[in-house]
Amino acid sequence: MGEDAAVRALDLTRAFGAFLAVDHLNFEIPAGTVWGFLGPNGAGKSTTIRMLCGILSPTEGRAEVLGYDVARDHERIKARIGYMSQRFSLNDDLTVAENLAFYAGVYGLSGVEARDRAGEWIARAGLRGRERLLAGALSGGWKQRLALGCAVLHRPRMVFLDEPTSGVDPVSRREFWELIGTFAEDGVTVMVTTHYMDEAEHCDTLAFIFSGRIIAMGAPAEIKRREMLGELLEIVTPRYAEALEVLAALPEVREAALFGRAIHVTVANSQVALPTLREALAGRGVTVDRIAPVPPSLEDVFVSLVERRGGSAGPFPSPGDRP
Amino acid sequence: MTVDPSPAIVVQGLTRRFGDMLAVKDLSFAVPRGEIFALLGPDGAGKTTTLRMLCGAITPSRGTVVIDGVDLRRDPEAVHARIAYMPQRFSLYEDLTVQENLDFYAELFGVPRDARAARARRLLEFSGLSVFTNRRGADLSGGMKQKLALACALIHEPRVLLLDEPTAGVDPVSRREFWRILYELNREGATILVSTTYMDEADRCTTVGLLYAGELIAAEDPGVMKRRLHGEVVEFVAEPRAAARRIIAGSTEVRSATLIGDRFHAVVADAAAAIPLLTRRLAAQGVLVRNAVAIPASLEDVFVSMIAERRAGRNGAGEGAHG
Repeated sequence: MGEDAAVRALDLTRAFGAFLAVDHLNFEIPAGTVWGFLGPNGAGKSTTIRMLCGILSPTEGRAEVLGYDVARDHERIKARIGYMSQRFSLNDDLTVAENLAFYAGVYGLSGVEARDRAGEWIARAGLRGRERLLAGALSGGWKQRLALGCAVLHRPRMVFLDEPTSGVDPVSRREFWELIGTFAEDGVTVMVTTHYMDEAEHCDTLAFIFSGRIIAMGAPAEIKRREMLGELLEIVTPRYAEALEVLAALPEVREAALFGRAIHVTVANSQVALPTLREALAGRGVTVDRIAPVPPSLEDVFVSLVERRGGSAGPFPSPGDRP
Repeated sequence: MTVDPSPAIVVQGLTRRFGDMLAVKDLSFAVPRGEIFALLGPDGAGKTTTLRMLCGAITPSRGTVVIDGVDLRRDPEAVHARIAYMPQRFSLYEDLTVQENLDFYAELFGVPRDARAARARRLLEFSGLSVFTNRRGADLSGGMKQKLALACALIHEPRVLLLDEPTAGVDPVSRREFWRILYELNREGATILVSTTYMDEADRCTTVGLLYAGELIAAEDPGVMKRRLHGEVVEFVAEPRAAARRIIAGSTEVRSATLIGDRFHAVVADAAAAIPLLTRRLAAQGVLVRNAVAIPASLEDVFVSMIAERRAGRNGAGEGAHG
């Protein structure tokens, strides 16, 4: 494996009985980059991460993490990676400082090292002044940052984050992503899954997985350019619920959805569709404040990618994605 | 048809204390019939505690809740018959099928036997689960589970919906479907109170209530709320991002700088003056500025700035774990 790849997957596959949860994945993650893994619930994200962490073995193909084979060297991999999920296990009845000390013990750090690193994380994550609070009393954002600290106390070169910010408010999410940004600056590689498309924009590379297969991969801007079939119109109207209903029923409209307070409509050609849309809305007495072509957001692209494949909420969840 | 002019939800002086901690402080608001009210706030602000008091799961230390004209304290049974409550972890039975889960909730809510089949059929169709009636709860994807949970909560045809972060951890496609269902229910006359950590969801509600440290610091139309920002927003697209962020955030003219998607939002007193100044400063330090324009404030800009003002005003004192 090249010096510069932290992860390399070659036809990585995992079957559960007859069901292919992960279906021949091929990708490389360059060291020191943030790699985002997106896809509907049950598409195979968690199963892939579990294989890369050496928790679950592939049924076909192979993968290397930091130069080690996931099937043969999983003990070496486990010692060199950090892992955190939305269901991270903090000890709720221990304080912030005690949780860090506990994980330092798990990783076999010496007393001095443990104290230094815990102190360093407390400063870095803005937890100063909260050292003596019980973990169970922390709000979601603080808990998340403490859990991340526990996961990286042994200074791993590679960190796996599985929906680390699920259900966390925007301010805390942003603070969390600033911490992730500091990893990349230190040369640590990050693989992260998220359902927040604004977060996905922060990644260097994105891979979309659907039914166990990678269906698009590239930098966020590149994906937006390449993967959006058709054009996007944004419609602003005070009667958006009614407008949405009118628009969704038009044959020219491939997809109509609320986007904040505006409606985003995907059509083959915006210039051709515009008069029809205006007419249909006017016919129902819906006044329009604005109707104009807009560049697609990552969320538009996500929806377009999934719906093109006839999937709504992936009907076949992988057993590996179950809580 | 006569329309009942009284609000669907009236909350007065609602307060909840846990030991020394005031989780919810003297909350007063009303939600008119047919509205969608979003409860927005950082983690630990009191959103879940408020929803639990509204549905009667926990008793307020002080204050009153009136739903659909019925005082919760006086006649809890009558209130329960009128509301749907969907907590963050709705208990679906993993070993029961979709149909059996619905039947179970129909029994629990005392839905008359002769009405059950028709209602279940309608809810299944509504939520797109008709073809999955025989699938076990455990085999549903995250988005489908949320839709089934909503269907179960609606089996007794309530008029007021109380939903606690129903789309947390749900992928973008499922999230859109879920909101499509909420809109339809709303058009049929349901009043909805929903807590969320998604700004785009809050933006499309009729009213946004901003909860911070147990207090309702604003409750108004999101359009009006967005005009309240002290200062103007400048959007930058600049590379490399890490350097751009450091320079923008470190400028004294900038009150707050946030990364939103792939762009920076800087709140400044005067956008026309700040744009050339900051652009020069960035260019002088080797940052390529692709775009810098004054834009209308988004709900996220307002949320971040209101919370920052509160935090600064208190100097973090006495906030404890609920920062």
